[in-house]
Amino acid sequence: MMTQTIKHHLTDNIVTAYAAGSLTEAFNLLVATHVSMCDECRATVAAHEAVGGVVLEDVREIDLGVDALEACFTMIEIGPKVPIKLRAQPTKPNSESRLFPTPLHDYVGGDLDAVKWRKVGGGVKQAILPTSIDASVRLLYIPAGCEVPDHGHNGTEMTLVLQGAFRDEFARFGTGDVEICDAQLEHKPIAEEGEDCICLAATDAPLKFSGFLPKLAQPFLRI
Amino acid sequence: MSVAKKALSREEADLQWVTFLLRVRDAQDRKAFADLFRHFAPRLKGFLMKSGTSDALAEEVAQDVMATVWQKAHLFDPQRASVATWIFTIARNRKIDMLRKQRRPEPEELTWGPEAEPDQADTLSLQQDTEKLRAALADLPEKQRILVERAFYGDLSHSEIATETGLPLGTIKSRIRLALERLRHEMK
Repeated sequence: MMTQTIKHHLTDNIVTAYAAGSLTEAFNLLVATHVSMCDECRATVAAHEAVGGVVLEDVREIDLGVDALEACFTMIEIGPKVPIKLRAQPTKPNSESRLFPTPLHDYVGGDLDAVKWRKVGGGVKQAILPTSIDASVRLLYIPAGCEVPDHGHNGTEMTLVLQGAFRDEFARFGTGDVEICDAQLEHKPIAEEGEDCICLAATDAPLKFSGFLPKLAQPFLRI
Repeated sequence: MSVAKKALSREEADLQWVTFLLRVRDAQDRKAFADLFRHFAPRLKGFLMKSGTSDALAEEVAQDVMATVWQKAHLFDPQRASVATWIFTIARNRKIDMLRKQRRPEPEELTWGPEAEPDQADTLSLQQDTEKLRAALADLPEKQRILVERAFYGDLSHSEIATETGLPLGTIKSRIRLALERLRHEMK
Protein backbone atom coordinates (compact mmCIF):
# COMPACT_ATOMS: atom_id res chain seq x y z
CA MET A 1 0.00 0.00 0.00
CA MET A 2 3.10 2.23 0.06
CA THR A 3 2.76 4.94 -2.54
CA GLN A 4 6.00 6.35 -3.89
CA THR A 5 4.60 9.20 -5.96
CA ILE A 6 2.89 11.27 -3.29
CA LYS A 7 3.27 14.99 -3.96
CA HIS A 8 0.83 16.58 -1.53
CA HIS A 9 1.63 15.82 2.10
CA LEU A 10 0.23 16.72 5.51
CA THR A 11 0.91 20.24 6.78
CA ASP A 12 3.03 20.81 9.90
CA ASN A 13 0.22 22.04 12.11
CA ILE A 14 -1.92 19.00 11.25
CA VAL A 15 1.05 16.73 12.02
CA THR A 16 1.71 18.52 15.33
CA ALA A 17 -1.95 18.20 16.32
CA TYR A 18 -1.92 14.52 15.33
CA ALA A 19 1.30 13.85 17.26
CA ALA A 20 -0.12 15.74 20.26
CA GLY A 21 -3.38 13.78 20.08
CA SER A 22 -5.63 16.82 19.73
CA LEU A 23 -7.22 16.07 16.35
CA THR A 24 -10.82 14.89 16.23
CA GLU A 25 -11.40 11.21 15.52
CA ALA A 26 -12.43 11.88 11.89
CA PHE A 27 -9.19 13.74 11.11
CA ASN A 28 -7.20 11.18 13.09
CA LEU A 29 -8.51 8.46 10.82
CA LEU A 30 -7.58 10.37 7.69
CA VAL A 31 -4.07 11.15 8.96
CA ALA A 32 -3.47 7.55 10.13
CA THR A 33 -4.60 6.31 6.71
CA HIS A 34 -2.29 8.72 4.85
CA VAL A 35 0.66 7.87 7.13
CA SER A 36 0.11 4.18 6.36
CA MET A 37 0.67 5.06 2.67
CA CYS A 38 3.44 7.64 3.08
CA ASP A 39 6.76 7.05 4.88
CA GLU A 40 7.68 10.72 4.39
CA CYS A 41 4.80 11.75 6.66
CA ARG A 42 5.40 8.76 8.96
CA ALA A 43 8.87 10.18 9.61
CA THR A 44 7.47 13.70 10.04
CA VAL A 45 4.96 12.42 12.61
CA ALA A 46 7.73 10.55 14.48
CA ALA A 47 9.88 13.71 14.53
CA HIS A 48 6.98 15.68 16.02
CA GLU A 49 6.36 12.91 18.55
CA ALA A 50 9.99 13.34 19.60
CA VAL A 51 9.03 16.88 20.66
CA GLY A 52 6.28 15.32 22.78
CA GLY A 53 8.92 13.05 24.34
CA VAL A 54 11.08 16.03 25.19
CA VAL A 55 8.10 17.89 26.70
CA LEU A 56 7.31 14.81 28.83
CA GLU A 57 10.94 14.44 29.93
CA ASP A 58 11.11 18.05 31.08
CA VAL A 59 7.69 18.50 32.68
CA ARG A 60 7.57 19.17 36.42
CA GLU A 61 7.32 15.83 38.20
CA ILE A 62 4.45 15.11 40.57
CA ASP A 63 4.92 12.25 43.02
CA LEU A 64 2.58 9.29 42.99
CA GLY A 65 1.28 7.53 46.10
CA VAL A 66 3.75 5.30 47.94
CA ASP A 67 2.12 2.10 46.72
CA ALA A 68 1.86 3.19 43.07
CA LEU A 69 4.57 0.86 41.79
CA GLU A 70 3.00 -2.14 43.56
CA ALA A 71 -0.41 -1.15 42.15
CA CYS A 72 1.17 -1.03 38.68
CA PHE A 73 2.66 -4.51 39.07
CA THR A 74 -0.82 -5.72 40.09
CA MET A 75 -2.27 -4.15 36.90
CA ILE A 76 0.40 -5.96 34.90
CA GLU A 77 -0.40 -9.29 36.53
CA ILE A 78 -4.13 -8.92 35.93
CA GLY A 79 -3.41 -8.05 32.31
CA PRO A 80 -4.97 -5.42 30.05
CA LYS A 81 -8.75 -4.94 30.16
CA VAL A 82 -8.84 -4.98 26.41
CA PRO A 83 -6.37 -7.52 25.04
CA ILE A 84 -3.36 -5.81 23.51
CA LYS A 85 -3.57 -6.20 19.76
CA LEU A 86 -0.80 -8.32 18.43
CA ARG A 87 1.31 -6.43 15.94
CA ALA A 88 -0.99 -5.09 13.28
CA GLN A 89 0.30 -6.92 10.26
CA PRO A 90 2.51 -4.75 8.10
CA THR A 91 1.44 -4.65 4.49
CA LYS A 92 2.81 -7.66 2.70
CA PRO A 93 3.01 -8.25 -1.04
CA ASN A 94 0.04 -10.64 -0.91
CA SER A 95 -2.21 -7.87 0.36
CA GLU A 96 -1.32 -5.58 -2.57
CA SER A 97 -4.79 -6.11 -3.94
CA ARG A 98 -6.24 -4.48 -0.83
CA LEU A 99 -7.25 -0.86 -1.35
CA PHE A 100 -7.77 0.31 2.24
CA PRO A 101 -4.82 0.60 4.64
CA THR A 102 -5.39 -1.01 8.07
CA PRO A 103 -6.87 1.97 9.99
CA LEU A 104 -9.48 2.61 7.28
CA HIS A 105 -10.09 -1.12 6.86
CA ASP A 106 -10.89 -1.28 10.62
CA TYR A 107 -13.49 1.50 10.35
CA VAL A 108 -15.16 0.12 7.23
CA GLY A 109 -15.07 -3.42 8.59
CA GLY A 110 -13.50 -4.66 5.36
CA ASP A 111 -12.24 -3.47 2.01
CA LEU A 112 -13.98 -1.70 -0.89
CA ASP A 113 -16.61 -4.44 -1.27
CA ALA A 114 -17.74 -3.91 2.36
CA VAL A 115 -18.61 -0.22 1.85
CA LYS A 116 -22.30 0.67 2.10
CA TRP A 117 -22.56 3.39 -0.53
CA ARG A 118 -25.38 5.91 -0.86
CA LYS A 119 -25.97 7.86 -4.05
CA VAL A 120 -25.64 11.63 -3.81
CA GLY A 121 -26.38 12.47 -7.46
CA GLY A 122 -24.37 12.84 -10.65
CA GLY A 123 -23.02 9.32 -10.26
CA VAL A 124 -21.25 10.33 -7.04
CA LYS A 125 -21.64 7.99 -4.04
CA GLN A 126 -20.64 8.39 -0.44
CA ALA A 127 -20.44 6.43 2.81
CA ILE A 128 -20.19 8.19 6.16
CA LEU A 129 -17.99 6.35 8.65
CA PRO A 130 -18.85 6.20 12.36
CA THR A 131 -16.74 8.61 14.42
CA SER A 132 -17.29 11.06 17.26
CA ILE A 133 -19.63 13.87 16.19
CA ASP A 134 -17.17 16.79 16.50
CA ALA A 135 -16.18 16.17 12.87
CA SER A 136 -17.16 13.75 10.14
CA VAL A 137 -15.37 11.55 7.67
CA ARG A 138 -16.74 9.79 4.62
CA LEU A 139 -15.68 7.81 1.63
CA LEU A 140 -16.47 9.39 -1.73
CA TYR A 141 -16.81 7.55 -5.02
CA ILE A 142 -16.51 9.83 -8.04
CA PRO A 143 -16.83 8.20 -11.47
CA ALA A 144 -14.01 9.09 -13.87
CA GLY A 145 -14.63 12.46 -15.49
CA CYS A 146 -17.36 13.43 -13.02
CA GLU A 147 -17.51 16.51 -10.87
CA VAL A 148 -18.10 16.80 -7.15
CA PRO A 149 -20.74 19.54 -6.66
CA ASP A 150 -19.25 23.01 -6.29
CA HIS A 151 -18.79 23.59 -2.58
CA GLY A 152 -17.15 25.81 -0.02
CA HIS A 153 -16.81 25.00 3.65
CA ASN A 154 -17.04 26.58 7.05
CA GLY A 155 -14.09 24.79 8.56
CA THR A 156 -11.19 22.62 7.47
CA GLU A 157 -11.67 19.91 4.89
CA MET A 158 -9.07 17.23 4.17
CA THR A 159 -9.31 14.89 1.23
CA LEU A 160 -7.10 11.83 0.74
CA VAL A 161 -7.07 10.05 -2.63
CA LEU A 162 -7.20 6.25 -2.33
CA GLN A 163 -7.65 5.43 -5.99
CA GLY A 164 -7.57 7.42 -9.24
CA ALA A 165 -7.00 11.16 -9.20
CA PHE A 166 -8.85 14.48 -9.18
CA ARG A 167 -8.05 18.02 -10.16
CA ASP A 168 -9.41 21.28 -8.94
CA GLU A 169 -8.53 24.90 -9.73
CA PHE A 170 -5.31 24.54 -7.74
CA ALA A 171 -3.60 21.25 -8.52
CA ARG A 172 -3.81 17.56 -9.41
CA PHE A 173 -4.17 15.05 -6.60
CA GLY A 174 -3.20 11.44 -7.28
CA THR A 175 -3.27 8.30 -5.15
CA GLY A 176 -1.97 8.98 -1.64
CA ASP A 177 -2.11 12.77 -2.01
CA VAL A 178 -3.89 14.91 0.57
CA GLU A 179 -5.64 18.18 -0.19
CA ILE A 180 -6.17 20.46 2.81
CA CYS A 181 -8.70 23.27 2.33
CA ASP A 182 -9.53 25.92 4.86
CA ALA A 183 -12.66 27.99 5.24
CA GLN A 184 -13.81 30.34 2.48
CA LEU A 185 -12.34 28.27 -0.31
CA GLU A 186 -14.73 27.30 -3.09
CA HIS A 187 -13.39 24.63 -5.37
CA LYS A 188 -14.61 22.25 -8.04
CA PRO A 189 -12.87 18.90 -7.84
CA ILE A 190 -13.21 16.80 -11.01
CA ALA A 191 -12.18 13.14 -11.20
CA GLU A 192 -9.69 12.47 -13.97
CA GLU A 193 -10.63 10.43 -17.00
CA GLY A 194 -9.61 6.80 -16.74
CA GLU A 195 -10.01 5.23 -13.34
CA ASP A 196 -12.92 6.09 -11.01
CA CYS A 197 -11.73 8.17 -8.08
CA ILE A 198 -12.16 7.03 -4.46
CA CYS A 199 -11.36 9.49 -1.68
CA LEU A 200 -11.56 9.75 2.06
CA ALA A 201 -12.77 13.21 3.10
CA ALA A 202 -12.92 14.69 6.60
CA THR A 203 -14.56 17.97 7.61
CA ASP A 204 -15.02 19.73 10.91
CA ALA A 205 -18.08 21.62 9.63
CA PRO A 206 -20.87 20.71 7.23
CA LEU A 207 -20.03 21.41 3.60
CA LYS A 208 -22.11 24.16 2.02
CA PHE A 209 -23.00 23.67 -1.60
CA SER A 210 -23.53 26.76 -3.70
CA GLY A 211 -26.17 25.12 -5.94
CA PHE A 212 -29.81 25.31 -4.81
CA LEU A 213 -30.75 21.65 -4.86
CA PRO A 214 -27.67 20.24 -3.19
CA LYS A 215 -28.16 22.74 -0.38
CA LEU A 216 -31.68 21.45 0.20
CA ALA A 217 -30.48 17.89 0.11
CA GLN A 218 -27.63 18.56 2.48
CA PRO A 219 -29.40 17.94 5.81
CA PHE A 220 -30.64 14.58 4.54
CA LEU A 221 -27.35 13.50 3.09
CA ARG A 222 -25.22 14.71 6.00
CA ILE A 223 -22.54 16.03 3.70
CA MET B 1 32.99 22.38 28.66
CA SER B 2 30.50 21.73 31.42
CA VAL B 3 27.60 22.06 28.97
CA ALA B 4 29.09 19.41 26.68
CA LYS B 5 29.65 17.14 29.66
CA LYS B 6 26.09 17.55 30.83
CA ALA B 7 24.70 16.83 27.35
CA LEU B 8 26.74 13.63 27.21
CA SER B 9 25.42 12.40 30.52
CA ARG B 10 21.87 12.97 29.33
CA GLU B 11 22.54 10.88 26.25
CA GLU B 12 23.92 8.19 28.51
CA ALA B 13 20.75 8.39 30.57
CA ASP B 14 18.63 8.06 27.40
CA LEU B 15 20.64 4.99 26.37
CA GLN B 16 20.21 3.55 29.83
CA TRP B 17 16.41 3.81 29.51
CA VAL B 18 16.70 1.93 26.21
CA THR B 19 18.71 -0.83 27.93
CA PHE B 20 16.20 -1.04 30.77
CA LEU B 21 13.23 -1.24 28.43
CA LEU B 22 14.90 -4.01 26.40
CA ARG B 23 15.49 -5.88 29.67
CA VAL B 24 11.79 -5.58 30.47
CA ARG B 25 11.04 -6.87 26.96
CA ASP B 26 13.51 -9.78 26.97
CA ALA B 27 13.58 -10.87 30.62
CA GLN B 28 10.49 -9.30 32.27
CA ASP B 29 13.05 -7.61 34.53
CA ARG B 30 11.09 -6.09 37.44
CA LYS B 31 14.02 -4.06 38.74
CA ALA B 32 14.62 -2.38 35.38
CA PHE B 33 10.91 -1.68 35.21
CA ALA B 34 10.90 -0.19 38.71
CA ASP B 35 13.67 2.22 37.63
CA LEU B 36 11.71 3.21 34.53
CA PHE B 37 8.62 3.67 36.69
CA ARG B 38 10.39 5.89 39.22
CA HIS B 39 11.67 8.11 36.42
CA PHE B 40 8.68 8.27 34.09
CA ALA B 41 5.56 7.81 36.27
CA PRO B 42 5.93 11.18 38.12
CA ARG B 43 6.57 12.87 34.77
CA LEU B 44 3.47 11.23 33.31
CA LYS B 45 1.44 12.42 36.28
CA GLY B 46 2.83 15.95 35.92
CA PHE B 47 2.17 15.87 32.18
CA LEU B 48 -1.42 14.63 32.59
CA MET B 49 -2.17 17.26 35.23
CA LYS B 50 -0.84 19.93 32.86
CA SER B 51 -3.43 18.61 30.42
CA GLY B 52 -6.14 19.43 32.96
CA THR B 53 -6.56 15.97 34.51
CA SER B 54 -7.37 15.71 38.22
CA ASP B 55 -4.77 14.36 40.64
CA ALA B 56 -6.53 11.01 41.18
CA LEU B 57 -7.22 10.40 37.50
CA ALA B 58 -3.68 11.46 36.49
CA GLU B 59 -2.33 8.92 38.97
CA GLU B 60 -4.54 6.17 37.56
CA VAL B 61 -3.69 6.97 33.93
CA ALA B 62 0.04 7.21 34.74
CA GLN B 63 -0.06 3.70 36.25
CA ASP B 64 -2.07 2.42 33.32
CA VAL B 65 0.46 3.91 30.86
CA MET B 66 3.36 2.26 32.71
CA ALA B 67 1.53 -1.09 32.72
CA THR B 68 1.10 -0.67 28.94
CA VAL B 69 4.86 0.01 28.67
CA TRP B 70 5.45 -3.43 30.18
CA GLN B 71 2.86 -5.12 27.96
CA LYS B 72 3.93 -3.46 24.70
CA ALA B 73 7.70 -3.44 25.23
CA HIS B 74 8.11 -5.71 22.18
CA LEU B 75 6.87 -2.89 19.94
CA PHE B 76 9.56 -0.40 20.99
CA ASP B 77 12.09 0.47 18.27
CA PRO B 78 15.02 2.56 19.61
CA GLN B 79 16.00 3.58 16.08
CA ARG B 80 12.77 5.47 15.66
CA ALA B 81 12.09 6.85 19.15
CA SER B 82 13.65 7.53 22.52
CA VAL B 83 12.03 5.81 25.50
CA ALA B 84 10.50 9.16 26.57
CA THR B 85 9.04 9.66 23.07
CA TRP B 86 7.61 6.17 22.99
CA ILE B 87 6.07 6.54 26.45
CA PHE B 88 4.68 9.93 25.39
CA THR B 89 2.83 8.27 22.47
CA ILE B 90 1.35 5.65 24.82
CA ALA B 91 0.21 8.38 27.22
CA ARG B 92 -1.34 10.35 24.37
CA ASN B 93 -3.29 7.30 23.20
CA ARG B 94 -4.43 6.30 26.71
CA LYS B 95 -5.56 9.89 27.27
CA ILE B 96 -7.78 9.69 24.19
CA ASP B 97 -9.11 6.25 25.20
CA MET B 98 -9.69 6.91 28.89
CA LEU B 99 -10.49 10.62 29.00
CA ARG B 100 -12.09 11.40 25.63
CA LYS B 101 -13.57 7.90 25.25
CA GLN B 102 -12.71 7.91 21.57
CA ARG B 103 -10.93 5.50 19.34
CA ARG B 104 -7.50 6.51 18.17
CA PRO B 105 -6.88 5.10 14.70
CA GLU B 106 -3.19 4.19 14.43
CA PRO B 107 -1.16 3.84 11.22
CA GLU B 108 -0.19 0.36 10.11
CA GLU B 109 2.46 -0.91 12.48
CA LEU B 110 5.95 -1.42 11.05
CA THR B 111 8.07 -3.71 13.17
CA TRP B 112 11.41 -5.42 12.91
CA GLY B 113 11.36 -9.09 12.16
CA PRO B 114 12.23 -11.44 15.03
CA GLU B 115 15.84 -11.87 13.83
CA ALA B 116 16.72 -8.25 13.26
CA GLU B 117 18.00 -6.35 16.28
CA PRO B 118 18.23 -2.57 16.31
CA ASP B 119 21.63 -1.26 15.23
CA GLN B 120 23.64 0.20 18.16
CA ALA B 121 25.08 3.13 16.21
CA ASP B 122 21.67 4.13 14.84
CA THR B 123 20.14 3.86 18.29
CA LEU B 124 22.84 6.16 19.67
CA SER B 125 22.38 8.70 16.84
CA LEU B 126 18.64 8.82 17.43
CA GLN B 127 19.15 9.50 21.15
CA GLN B 128 21.68 12.23 20.29
CA ASP B 129 19.23 13.88 17.90
CA THR B 130 16.55 13.77 20.58
CA GLU B 131 18.89 15.53 23.02
CA LYS B 132 19.64 18.22 20.43
CA LEU B 133 15.93 18.73 20.01
CA ARG B 134 15.57 19.03 23.76
CA ALA B 135 18.29 21.69 23.89
CA ALA B 136 16.66 23.55 20.99
CA LEU B 137 13.30 23.59 22.78
CA ALA B 138 14.94 24.94 25.94
CA ASP B 139 16.60 27.68 23.82
CA LEU B 140 13.38 28.91 22.21
CA PRO B 141 12.08 32.32 23.32
CA GLU B 142 9.83 31.64 26.32
CA LYS B 143 6.59 32.59 24.58
CA GLN B 144 7.30 30.19 21.72
CA ARG B 145 8.41 27.39 24.01
CA ILE B 146 5.22 27.66 26.06
CA LEU B 147 3.14 27.42 22.87
CA VAL B 148 4.95 24.21 21.86
CA GLU B 149 4.43 22.75 25.34
CA ARG B 150 0.76 23.71 25.34
CA ALA B 151 0.30 22.06 21.93
CA PHE B 152 1.66 18.79 23.38
CA TYR B 153 -0.39 19.00 26.56
CA GLY B 154 -3.31 18.96 24.10
CA ASP B 155 -4.37 22.53 24.88
CA LEU B 156 -4.47 23.79 21.29
CA SER B 157 -6.57 22.81 18.29
CA HIS B 158 -4.86 22.31 14.93
CA SER B 159 -5.92 25.77 13.77
CA GLU B 160 -4.34 27.32 16.88
CA ILE B 161 -1.05 25.50 16.40
CA ALA B 162 1.63 27.56 14.70
CA THR B 163 2.81 26.14 11.38
CA GLU B 164 6.36 27.11 12.25
CA THR B 165 7.51 25.98 15.69
CA GLY B 166 11.11 27.13 15.24
CA LEU B 167 12.38 23.67 16.16
CA PRO B 168 14.98 21.94 13.97
CA LEU B 169 13.14 18.72 13.14
CA GLY B 170 15.00 18.07 9.86
CA THR B 171 17.85 15.95 11.23
CA ILE B 172 15.75 13.67 13.37
CA LYS B 173 13.23 13.31 10.57
CA SER B 174 15.92 12.25 8.05
CA ARG B 175 17.28 9.75 10.57
CA ILE B 176 13.84 8.17 11.08
CA ARG B 177 13.26 8.23 7.31
CA LEU B 178 16.44 6.16 6.80
CA ALA B 179 15.37 3.67 9.48
CA LEU B 180 12.03 3.30 7.69
CA GLU B 181 13.74 2.69 4.34
CA ARG B 182 15.84 -0.09 5.81
CA LEU B 183 12.77 -1.55 7.43
CA ARG B 184 10.85 -1.51 4.13
CA HIS B 185 13.83 -3.19 2.50
CA GLU B 186 13.81 -5.93 5.15
CA MET B 187 10.09 -6.51 4.81
CA LYS B 188 10.45 -7.32 1.08
